[in-house]
Amino acid sequence: MLQFFAQHSKLFDEIGINALLALSLSLSLRGGSLALAQAAFMGVAAYVGSIGAVRFGWNLAESVLAGALAAALVAALLALPIGRLRGVFLAIATIGFGEIARIAEINAPVTGGAEGFSNIPNDAGTLAIYAALAFAGAALLLFGRSKAALALAATREDENAARGVGIDVAAVRTRTLVAGAVIAGVAGVLYAHANFFITPGDFGFPRMEQILVSCVIGGVTSSLGAVLGAAVMTVLPEAVRFLHDYREVSTGAILLGFIVFAPGGIAGLWRRDA
Amino acid sequence: MNGEPALGVAELGVRYGGVMALDAVSLEVPPGRVVGLIGPNGAGKTSLINAVTGIVRPSAGSITLGALRLDRLAPHRIARAGVARTYQNIRLFGALSVADNVRAAAFALPGRLDDAAVRALLERAGAGDVDLRARAATLPYGAQRRLEIARALAAKPRIVLLDEPAAGMNEGETVALRAIVRGIADGGAGVLLVEHDMGLVAAVCDRVVVLNFGRTIAEGTPAAVARDPAVVEAYLGTPA
Repeated sequence: MLQFFAQHSKLFDEIGINALLALSLSLSLRGGSLALAQAAFMGVAAYVGSIGAVRFGWNLAESVLAGALAAALVAALLALPIGRLRGVFLAIATIGFGEIARIAEINAPVTGGAEGFSNIPNDAGTLAIYAALAFAGAALLLFGRSKAALALAATREDENAARGVGIDVAAVRTRTLVAGAVIAGVAGVLYAHANFFITPGDFGFPRMEQILVSCVIGGVTSSLGAVLGAAVMTVLPEAVRFLHDYREVSTGAILLGFIVFAPGGIAGLWRRDA
Repeated sequence: MNGEPALGVAELGVRYGGVMALDAVSLEVPPGRVVGLIGPNGAGKTSLINAVTGIVRPSAGSITLGALRLDRLAPHRIARAGVARTYQNIRLFGALSVADNVRAAAFALPGRLDDAAVRALLERAGAGDVDLRARAATLPYGAQRRLEIARALAAKPRIVLLDEPAAGMNEGETVALRAIVRGIADGGAGVLLVEHDMGLVAAVCDRVVVLNFGRTIAEGTPAAVARDPAVVEAYLGTPA
């Protein structure tokens, strides 16, 4: 068991980070917002945390804090122009924002450009990653029982009716985006510190796609489902190595399979209303 | 009556492009009273409710709750000021439970409604028999309408706007609605009732305002309005 864990510790780290990212997106999806900027939030935080660690000698905690704050700030600013967008229009705008962030990371003078940014202290171990995941999970569990979670669900169900009962829909959306950005930001800094090398391509559309698919097969709005979905999506590419060049096909096949046969995702197994 | 503010609509105009949906309509909903708002389809009844709740911006006139100007406030602020509504086309939080629909509406109140409080609100709306854990979208039609009323009552509103609560209800349910609507007013809130069922309007309304093509054509007690020639003409056309 220990040997198995030691052999695959890198994979476990990756599962933990991807689980954080899926949790981040599931928060937006709970409010019915298809805001696909998690990879961009992750990237902003990863660069802020990494540059701070290399240039100013920040420790892991300082990196995580600064990265999460940067991601939160970016999300709060992003919330202004996308405030009136819904559905696919919101998805397109946020994917566009992801591209802006990626291109900015390539061209900014401090990021190392497309070659990547290296020598990041390799101090984010499995323990730190799973501590962050446990913290985020506990926070979301508490949130799930709060009135704010009810307001978020009401916003998803019917925005106008939500306003009609006194819910400030715009504020709910902004807060959700910022809270999700904090989680994605923590994941980004941990990712950078666990890999000691990052490139803008790490935070591009393929990453966002992976996060979205994790949430869809997990059950869209379920936190536990998102974590399990992320685990599946991280292990899957390893498990189907025998497919060689056709490996990527497995992601699409799994996604299609879930949408057709289990639209409630993994969470549908225990949810009566999924 | 018990110091609660009245809803005041003065010279209200609502315009959709070149169409005048409401033109200089004035009415008052005092606390503890039921005011009926009737008129043929397209008369502007729902436009008035949408203007009061901030969903559409008035082009003229003012809407007040006591001393507070409601027009120009955001919809959620109007709701928090004490204006609750139901919808002509039911707009429940379909995937949420019955209890969560009611709880979500008490969002701005301190604390959280327990099951007994939710049950009490459902009983006031005549829906005391529904399962609190059931998904709202799975309820029968009449129960969904009553759940909307319970949701509207959850925030302890001063003014309740009911947009055709009897629509789609059967005879027995419509009769039961009389006690429910009167009960809301007896609790101290002012009620504006938009309704096509004249039996219900006559039974519960203290006053009735009649709209046609966005204008007030008659106002008075239900009995007086029913005899008004202008009202008869709006509904039945001119005698040949």
